[in-house]
Amino acid sequence: MGSPPHFYRFTGKILPWLSLLCALLIATGLWGGLVEAPADYQQGDSFRIIYVHVPSAWMSLFVYVVMAVCGAIGLIWHMKNAEVIAISSAPIGASFTFLALVTGSLWGKPMWGSWWVWDARLTSELILLFLYLGVIGLYAAIEDKRTASRAVAILALVGLVNIPIIHYSVEWWNTLHQGPTVTKFDKPSIHVSMLIPLLLMAGGFKLFYLISVLIRARGELIERESNSNWVSELLEKR
Amino acid sequence: MLMSGPDQQQRAEPGLTVSGLHCSRDGRDLFKDLSFRLRAGELLVVEGRNGSGKTSLLRILCGIRMQESGSINWDDSPIGELGPLYHQEMAYIGHHDGIKGDLTVAENIQLAKALGKPSGTDLQTILKRLQLSGYNEVLARALSAGQKRRLALSRLLATVSRLWILDEPFTSLDRRGVEICEQLISSHLTHGGMVVMTSHHAMELPGVEITRLRLS
Amino acid sequence: MNDRSLARAFSLLLRRDLVINFRQRSECVNPVLFFVIVVTLFALGTGADRALLLSMAPGVIWVSALLASMLSLESIFRSDFEDGSLEQLLLSAHPVTVLVLAKVTAHWLVTGLPLILVAPLLCILLGLSGEGLETLILTLLIGTPILSLVGAIGVALTVGLRRGGVIISLLVLPLYIPVLIFGTSAVQMSAAGFPVNGQLSMLAALLALALALAPLPTAAALRMSLS
Repeated sequence: MGSPPHFYRFTGKILPWLSLLCALLIATGLWGGLVEAPADYQQGDSFRIIYVHVPSAWMSLFVYVVMAVCGAIGLIWHMKNAEVIAISSAPIGASFTFLALVTGSLWGKPMWGSWWVWDARLTSELILLFLYLGVIGLYAAIEDKRTASRAVAILALVGLVNIPIIHYSVEWWNTLHQGPTVTKFDKPSIHVSMLIPLLLMAGGFKLFYLISVLIRARGELIERESNSNWVSELLEKR
Repeated sequence: MLMSGPDQQQRAEPGLTVSGLHCSRDGRDLFKDLSFRLRAGELLVVEGRNGSGKTSLLRILCGIRMQESGSINWDDSPIGELGPLYHQEMAYIGHHDGIKGDLTVAENIQLAKALGKPSGTDLQTILKRLQLSGYNEVLARALSAGQKRRLALSRLLATVSRLWILDEPFTSLDRRGVEICEQLISSHLTHGGMVVMTSHHAMELPGVEITRLRLS
Repeated sequence: MNDRSLARAFSLLLRRDLVINFRQRSECVNPVLFFVIVVTLFALGTGADRALLLSMAPGVIWVSALLASMLSLESIFRSDFEDGSLEQLLLSAHPVTVLVLAKVTAHWLVTGLPLILVAPLLCILLGLSGEGLETLILTLLIGTPILSLVGAIGVALTVGLRRGGVIISLLVLPLYIPVLIFGTSAVQMSAAGFPVNGQLSMLAALLALALALAPLPTAAALRMSLS
């Protein structure tokens, strides 16, 4: 997996299978969540947005960690594949974060009666979005893409150290200003018929991320290595 | 810390060893499979057109820029691992003079001393050799371009460095300045120093053997 | 190199930056003026209602301090980058992290400390006094060095860019949030008569963490910017 051409060929082979599996997971997850699962006795049907909201919120953090770890690998061992995976993750992670924010806000409207409440989790998610935008902005601003990858890796690592601190401080700020209210997202228990579709969706989201990050990384690799032999061979085959 | 004196003479001194160096910029290869060796008393002049990667090579040798592949060893250890241990034995004069306009000539030299391994040479001697006597208290920004360049060269005298990496050291120097700089280089070489440099000027260094490296 | 020469390099670099700033005084006055003007704008923008201003005072002062500190960040490395001194710092015989610490310390003394000195004046404008004022000064004293340390990472990442000024706010401001939260809440609580040991020790812990960790990415980012 170390060399870009090998990476390109290998991922080209597995991508169709991953896509199939991903479509399957999301389809069954959606069926289970939207049709099979019973309506919530308090929230009615509006709770069903968790099947998008919760997996995207999980992914938002997960992708950031992947991005920082791949960035670190690229920084230390100068692995090109890790560098492109790190930077390809940023827009996807930002989209998941944005999706989590939008669905959280949609869910919040019937619960809180307003589109936005300074709930600890939503606020943390918003700050996470800022961190992502910083990474994307920095990468776009630096012309030499290898240098930009190093910059992004440093920034992502700094962000990774800061995320727990920010999360804790926001949580603390939230309890201070709103009192110990029970947040709507903390379900004390969840019924199995609701949980299984949720897990299916979470798996589907993970695969979706994997697929999109691979596609982006392949494009990025081709662009960066456009002068190398393997890319020109690839073009000749077409 | 590497001590000077007898200790250093006993040890084998392979100097700088470069092997298989590969550098590219914006996807274009500047040079590939570059290997050479530099020992005590040797001068290497890097030549080539504009954009052939001379400055990139020197910056890689300093450890500022990263190579795509290949190794640079200083006394048999990779320079990346040596870090400050390598830098204290090396002096670099780049395109920029690296002097602060808002500090006086004397303050600039004092700072250069503190950042490197200070030599015993006192301020007056340094200024005299660079023909900057009497400028101690002058702010560096009030100097002419040639004087600034000479002030930058003061780093070579203010610190003890075995390896000098000089990127176009003669830029903006007048004929007298060039002579001063040539004297510095040849006296460094005769004392067992090493120099890697680029230059558009033809140099007059009597008794010095020049190795040339051409980048294309 | 040994500890003594390292300490010498640290103090010389620190003094050098202070001397340079002293010779270009206008640069260090600007952030303070900015600080004062922004606070004034808040008062004008909210209609100068005394009760409202008082309740907003901690937040207003802290946010203004945050912005003032951010605006002055570029000066940590910008001129050194342009005249080639930064290369010489990275090629010095000393660990870059220590030299970074010297430069950040100088930057804080020149831009952070003046903010703290004018803060009491602004407190008077906003009607904050007594316990609240004392706590505010204390939080600024612990908090502003964190801003300089964390901000240095942002400058180091963007110093090679022609237009680093806008992007740096995007990089740095989210990282400032914990300082803002603990700083303002300490002032609010103490103005209301509650103990604020928790917030102060959180700030102190953040400062310790920033002192220990921030120079590492800063040094790495400087190397990246110069390559």
